[in-house]
Amino acid sequence: MLLIACPWCGEREELEFHYGGQAHVAHPAEPEGLSDSQWGEYLFVRDNPKGPFAERWSHSAGCRRWFNVVRHTVTHEILAVYPAGQPKPVILP
Amino acid sequence: MTRREPAVTADTLRRSPLGHLAAVFAEHSTPAEPSPAGEPSRAAEPSRAAEPSIAAERCARLREVPFLAQLDLQLEPGGPAAQRIAAALGTPLPTAPNSVAEAGELRVLWLGPQEWLVIGPDGSAPATAALLSAALRGEPGSVVDVSANRTTLELSGRTAREVLAKGCALDLHPRAFGPGDCAQTLLSTVHVILDQIDRTDAGPTYRLLVRGSFAQYLSDWLLDAMEEYRHPPLTP
Ligand SMILES: [Zn+2]
Repeated sequence: MLLIACPWCGEREELEFHYGGQAHVAHPAEPEGLSDSQWGEYLFVRDNPKGPFAERWSHSAGCRRWFNVVRHTVTHEILAVYPAGQPKPVILP
Repeated sequence: MTRREPAVTADTLRRSPLGHLAAVFAEHSTPAEPSPAGEPSRAAEPSRAAEPSIAAERCARLREVPFLAQLDLQLEPGGPAAQRIAAALGTPLPTAPNSVAEAGELRVLWLGPQEWLVIGPDGSAPATAALLSAALRGEPGSVVDVSANRTTLELSGRTAREVLAKGCALDLHPRAFGPGDCAQTLLSTVHVILDQIDRTDAGPTYRLLVRGSFAQYLSDWLLDAMEEYRHPPLTP
């Protein structure tokens, strides 16, 4: 069980949260100009790093706000929590 | 020959989600503690009279508080509309996460950085909604009557916190949570809004706002969690 610090509510158990996949995947500026494979890449292809990974979480059973988390995919250590819309923090390896 | 029927109105027809359990709640709740002055017979046992009975020491009480008015309020805090609403309610909207402001009969619970739940007595929703809508005055935001979304369970007594601890991961110890605090969390996997309304020598009083379709399950779970406190503690 992860203990995740919601930016508003503080530390809550993982059961209260909903996972939202990779963070910082920008919507294409001109989707009509993309080929099918480029559009498919935007929709479905995500990074799968072994190490720190920036991802979205929602405090769905609490304040229901979305925010971003940097989680180490091997140790599950949570390295950073920051509001949606802010740039990805620089995490040292 | 015609028989006189009681007038059928919306008030006589409406049923709260847990109305059928009122007698069960009463049966499983510790009776209220008698006032010390009303028990002259205890004077014969002065050493024991000062100590609460086992039942009072381990008491937990559950009841439904049906039909509370609940209004969901969404707007940008710190703007002019928030100031007008603060003036109309008589209290600033709480901006500290998971805190409660009181304004007369109303309680204003923080639900999110731009969202609050205004709780009032049965029947007060239309007037409060009109008050809030007028204060919002067309600015971005919303006032929605969500009274039918949830019913309210009230759990009180010296073991109320122990009962909740069986299914809630939050630290509800007085050092971390007390009157004026609220939380949206899970109780036995059910979404609840938890609002501690009081703390006295007779223990804390919590209100649990739960969606109607989960209310029966949560009641069953609470009654089961309360059961051990109806009996003396087991001694090894
Ligand atoms: Zn939260």
